[in-house]
Amino acid sequence: MNALNIQKGMSSHSAYDLRDPNAEIVESHTLAVLVENEPGVLARVIGLFSGRGYNIDSLTVAEVDHTGHQSRITVVTSGTPAVIEQIKAQLGRIVPVHEVHDLTVEGPSVERELGLFKVRGQGDKRVEALRIAEIFRANVVDSTLESFVFELVGTPSKLDAFADLMRPLGLADLARTGVAALARGA
Amino acid sequence: MSRSMTGARMVVEALRDQGVDTVFGYPGGAVLPIYDEIFQQNDITHVLVRHEQGAVHMAEGYARSTGKPGVVLVTSGPGATNAVTGLTDALLDSIPLVVLSGQVPTFLIGTDGFQEADTVGITRPCTKHNWLVKDPAKLAETIHKGFHVATSGRPGPVLIDIPKDVQFATADYVGPKQIEPAKYQPARKGDIAAITRLVELIEQAERPILYTGGGVINSGPAASQLLRELADATGIPVTSTLMGLGAYPASGKNWIGMLGMHGLYEANLAMHDCDLMINLGARFDDRITGRIADFSPGSVKAHVDIDPSSINKVIRVDIPILGDVGHVLEDLLKVWKSRGRKVNTPALGKWWEKIEGWKSKNCLFFRNSDKIIKPQHAMQRLEALTKGHDRYITTEVGQHQMWAAQYLGFDEPNRWMTSGGLGTMGYGLPASIGVQMAHPEALVINVAGDASWLMNMQEMGTAVQFRLPVKQFILNNERLGMVRQWQQLLHGERYSQSWSDSLPDFVKLAEAFGCKGAQVRDPGDLDAAIQQMIDYDGPFILDVLVEKHENCFPMIPSGKPHNEMLLGEAETQGVIESQGAVLV
Ligand SMILES: Cc1ncc(C[n+]2csc(CCOP(=O)(O)OP(=O)(O)O)c2C)c(N)n1
Repeated sequence: MNALNIQKGMSSHSAYDLRDPNAEIVESHTLAVLVENEPGVLARVIGLFSGRGYNIDSLTVAEVDHTGHQSRITVVTSGTPAVIEQIKAQLGRIVPVHEVHDLTVEGPSVERELGLFKVRGQGDKRVEALRIAEIFRANVVDSTLESFVFELVGTPSKLDAFADLMRPLGLADLARTGVAALARGA
Repeated sequence: MSRSMTGARMVVEALRDQGVDTVFGYPGGAVLPIYDEIFQQNDITHVLVRHEQGAVHMAEGYARSTGKPGVVLVTSGPGATNAVTGLTDALLDSIPLVVLSGQVPTFLIGTDGFQEADTVGITRPCTKHNWLVKDPAKLAETIHKGFHVATSGRPGPVLIDIPKDVQFATADYVGPKQIEPAKYQPARKGDIAAITRLVELIEQAERPILYTGGGVINSGPAASQLLRELADATGIPVTSTLMGLGAYPASGKNWIGMLGMHGLYEANLAMHDCDLMINLGARFDDRITGRIADFSPGSVKAHVDIDPSSINKVIRVDIPILGDVGHVLEDLLKVWKSRGRKVNTPALGKWWEKIEGWKSKNCLFFRNSDKIIKPQHAMQRLEALTKGHDRYITTEVGQHQMWAAQYLGFDEPNRWMTSGGLGTMGYGLPASIGVQMAHPEALVINVAGDASWLMNMQEMGTAVQFRLPVKQFILNNERLGMVRQWQQLLHGERYSQSWSDSLPDFVKLAEAFGCKGAQVRDPGDLDAAIQQMIDYDGPFILDVLVEKHENCFPMIPSGKPHNEMLLGEAETQGVIESQGAVLV
């Protein structure tokens, strides 16, 4: 089409260009955002997502370096490749954001979430709930004669699967932390 | 040596250390301690505005015409909320501002105290960054940081909210040099490999174009100089967005005019047909691109921008270069020269022939009249009569703004102040006051529409009080002209609420404010009226009664590509389809 004969998408500055830039496929990405722990910083990040119409599928935040005043926000978001690139660039513009890592493309990473599951039941159902909890290596952190609270750590899909199994057995309440994630390796 | 002082004094001290000479503001309960300090010093001039929105636009005018940050001081609650439009305007047009707001004392925050508003919450999305300072020991440092953030990288407005008890409390002052270097340090140098790749393309390109934006002006005068050098040495045609006018001179031989919705035919067609598009500090705004799918379909696109989020946001580019336009241009010129200053001369010659062909359409043609003043004619006469002056132009928003952009020529950067991104009616009058504060001897003209001008007309009082001889050039069509034009083209000529009824008598209004005004309606009297305005030693309102139903052409209707421009009335029938009508 043009006389200049250059490859489209030949930028060196992002891994985005390794993938099909025009893909309309919605992908899920886990972003680690290292921020200055100052008042309002979480509001800025969340406000960016709502203001520009991006999705938040999961969000966790906590201070990770007290002396360095750093917090780590882990956001699981979804969008087309172009939207994901915009999200990262927009996050990077926020003044107290120091680093943005896309754990989904930067290499292998581990993702973990903690869930608390309250299951009410008696008789066979109660026994079955306990048996499945053992298979999942969930811990019992509270128990009464007609209920358990299980604590389970794992990938979000493992927690989903556990919740699905517990539902017919009397799942009464559920709390999940959202995803925390780190890159694998040294 | 540590110096202990009150928070209020620190504010003044910090502004002085930042080289601030002018503050635009309005007092109120929550900033009284700061006003007390302002009273007791002479280094900083405080311009008392009539509405806080005016203060912010004045600071914008000051900032754009000087390259220095503009400074604003407002009180809590309504003072701060009145500043919101100006902050948003500055954010969208990348204007460096430092806005200081008073807040209720820390111990009242959250109690719905009198004139309490969650100012940092309200202004979070319309500032580049903002702070609530609760600790007096952090106040001076925060102000210095504010100046750094506002002016580095892509410039923008910041706001610092200062509770009243912090203004009274005492702490040690720290100067700008005593604070640790800021973590916020956007990269300025572009990737040299990408720059070299761009140079290779410049060497081969058959139909290159330089598409320049406000980033060239924000980068500083050196960037404009380098742009001129690059364009003149390579012979590449230059077009610019509304925000970038003046970076390359309108009288320069490579200038092909502004592009975009109301840009020139030749500029838009050159954008559509080019094979190499070099975007310098512009952001592919929807006023520029028209229908995205048909935007310059055959070109390789390079984009130089200091803001990573601008790159690939709207249009995918092939060569992104992250950096300050000035630095990148410097490197680009170095590389291009070292490789032997090559361009594809024969192809460029043909490209220019094509452009000259488009130019010969004379897209700014309009049918003049000797009975009634055509707004385009008024612009041409204003241009002719003010050309030799040390001239600065501001505008309001609407048709007149586009006519000003089309018919006035800017040969230098920082001479053209207009609300581009937000399109804020009411911007131009206060902006002209801010410009005049910075350039007391210059000829500062606000090209206005009757409706826009009324939005902040109270600021005439400020102009009179501070003896600022700003010229208000009102193209009075007794219409909300741009709205009327859209209703004609898009809404079956149903002119819903788009006329200006009960307009004031602008001449009497001028007198009421204590300045001078005149009205002109006969084309034969226009030159004399403009001359009277220029010569008058003080603020002046010229009410120019123009043709009421003139439309602004050329125009790319919403949702249409560049090569489907309308050049005049004859082409307007049923042009905008329902799809386009949902766009703004
Ligand atoms: C604050 C604000 N409100 C509404 C608009 C929408 N708007 C854009 S142009 C325009 C009409 C402007 O009329 P006037 O100032 O007389 O200028 P003209 O178009 O007639 O030259 C309006 C209402 C706007 N841009 N800003």
